[in-house]
Amino acid sequence: MPLLAFLLAFMVLPIGGMLRLAISNGELGSAMPATTEALRAWDGQGVPPEAVVAGFAAELRAAREARALGPVAQRLNNAHPGDRSLVQGAARRLPDEPDGDWRATLAGIDEAWGEPRIWRSLQAASAPWTDLYLLQALDLERDADGDIASVRDDRAIYRSILGRTFLISLVVTLACLAIGYPLAYKLASLPPRIANPLTILVLLPFWTSLLVRSAAWIVVLQREGPINEALLALGIVDEPVQLVFNRIGVYIAMTHVLLPFMVLPLLSVMRSIPPSHMRAALSLGATPLEAFVRVYLPQTRAGIGAGCLLVFILAIGYYITPALVGGAADQMISYFVAFFTIQTVNWGMAAALGSILLAATLVLYLIYARLVGIDRLRLG
Amino acid sequence: MSVNLFRLAALAGCVAMATAAQARDLTVVSWGGAYQDAQREIYFQPFTAATGIALTEDSWNGGIGALRAKAEGPASWDVIQVESDELVLGCEEGTIVPLDWEALGGEDQFLPAAVHECGVGAIVWATVLAYDGDKYPDNAPSSWADFFDTETYPGPRALRSGARQALEFALMGDGVPPDQIYDVLATDEGIERAFAKLDSIRDSLIFWEAGAQPPQLLASGEVVMTSAYNGRITAANQDEGRNFQIAWDAGFVYQIDSWVVLGNSDKPDEAMQLIAYMSDPENQKLLPPFIPYGPTHKDAAAKVDPAVLPNVPTAPENIDHGLFFDRDFWVDRVEDLNARFNAWAAQ
Repeated sequence: MPLLAFLLAFMVLPIGGMLRLAISNGELGSAMPATTEALRAWDGQGVPPEAVVAGFAAELRAAREARALGPVAQRLNNAHPGDRSLVQGAARRLPDEPDGDWRATLAGIDEAWGEPRIWRSLQAASAPWTDLYLLQALDLERDADGDIASVRDDRAIYRSILGRTFLISLVVTLACLAIGYPLAYKLASLPPRIANPLTILVLLPFWTSLLVRSAAWIVVLQREGPINEALLALGIVDEPVQLVFNRIGVYIAMTHVLLPFMVLPLLSVMRSIPPSHMRAALSLGATPLEAFVRVYLPQTRAGIGAGCLLVFILAIGYYITPALVGGAADQMISYFVAFFTIQTVNWGMAAALGSILLAATLVLYLIYARLVGIDRLRLG
Repeated sequence: MSVNLFRLAALAGCVAMATAAQARDLTVVSWGGAYQDAQREIYFQPFTAATGIALTEDSWNGGIGALRAKAEGPASWDVIQVESDELVLGCEEGTIVPLDWEALGGEDQFLPAAVHECGVGAIVWATVLAYDGDKYPDNAPSSWADFFDTETYPGPRALRSGARQALEFALMGDGVPPDQIYDVLATDEGIERAFAKLDSIRDSLIFWEAGAQPPQLLASGEVVMTSAYNGRITAANQDEGRNFQIAWDAGFVYQIDSWVVLGNSDKPDEAMQLIAYMSDPENQKLLPPFIPYGPTHKDAAAKVDPAVLPNVPTAPENIDHGLFFDRDFWVDRVEDLNARFNAWAAQ
């Protein structure tokens, strides 16, 4: 029971809340209830009838006076950049009495109010739920007719960012495996007197802040850093190689940070394999390579599976390390979640990106579990 | 079990005391660090000495979400220093409230950019073109056109990651006069023009995330020039003995941090008293010797110690080259143009 309550409080509720935020659309309804009702009933052709527009003008003034207009303006701006100023400007300059009728008055403030586009945007904001954020997170939008279409090429980023997130995570996982496997093998075969201090060295980075480790890599990899100076001194390169603020830097720093998560599960599995297995294989006539591939490697499969899963899942959520050692084209999806959460307070978009990452990760996990066999994973 | 009951009783006692202690002091919130240390010395402590009003301090890292949370809870923060995003959005949604401009001596006493319904400018800070003076004994870069000229000035250079203050500088480098930058950026052609300029030095460009990075990038020789916050450059010269130079004449973008009053403050009169004290030119002039951020009161600039004036964005010989950061443009367009920026970066 306590476990169930814990899961409910710290897993299901927050994730459910996030999924809900991604489709939530209540801003217009709470600030302008009558307009919301009227727009839901409107046929969407041209500019709405004068009665609807007059009601909108009255609620616009009331919302401004109650300082409740901010969320509405932001919601509209999320769908169409510039609408925040359009709405706020209209609210600021709205006269007490219409100049003729309200439709003409608003169009006099800004000609955009005389066009159907803004009214359709308002109508879209009056629905109880919206697919705006989920579509945007997949580089899609609804065109003027309400059909789903791709966004302009020069604004389409999220699909490639999602792909980039998985690619970086995959490369880092493979690099961790390539470095971690021999390391764990060596540690497992050493006598405990030597192996234990070395294992502590593997764990040592955990006691240093992630921020410090990432920043340290900048110092090591920079143009006048030790690696470049060594390469220059050895005559391998003629001018400094760009090793940081690009993808190479991200791979190196993330591999270093995540390596212990690969080594530890591997080590625990390898320590349980009796050395006699290899000796038996060799004495029965196998070459060392054959003995390794056919006898040792299969027995470490559970450790490989667990280590790869751990590293990959941790890697897809990385944010600080790529932000510090990567370039503008190396930022992963968490960077954009943070951007929308902290800087522009577009929580719908942040939640949509989070939901899509969650869904994509679950799909990958299921494929992986099918390939590796989830009951065979051993985490340590 | 008896132990648990005892703990519970102790906890209840603490809660009761905390409730009783709600006769709280006026609370002022700023950015912390050396900056807030300076503010304490020239604003907070003298204010308490002069008025007898006790002050409590807090510090924060910005974000409209944090402001909202404070405004929706019980009153705890009163006077807060905010950046332009929080000023614009907070005022629109009522998280912060309109100021009593009469108590500040009227709106015409301040730089026009420092005047907002809900906030009065606290400091003027700038994003500038900076380089290492030791690397350029002569023919130093002096314009944003030089920033984009990789033949005369080979080597990597850095801008802040994202569209903000990359597009402005790209257009400055392309010869657009500062007062027309935002008019040009408001058009699709203008945006394409800015990205084309960035694209012309794509291979030499790197991007920084945090304000502490540009001085480090210059110090380590990673870049030959960079955009940077002016206070960081002066601090690196003072604290680490560097010879970093700011090309003020090249043009720069300046922004204003503002003092605001949170909507749920139950001490609005004392809050205004404090803001009025901190907006007094006689007090504002004391900040630049600590940190070279410009005062916002029109009379304060002339009173600033002449020795530090060249490092201050509002110095008469500097401010004419400055472009005021258009907060409305960027609140509207930052998501859209950052998407464009990331699409460009990924090409």
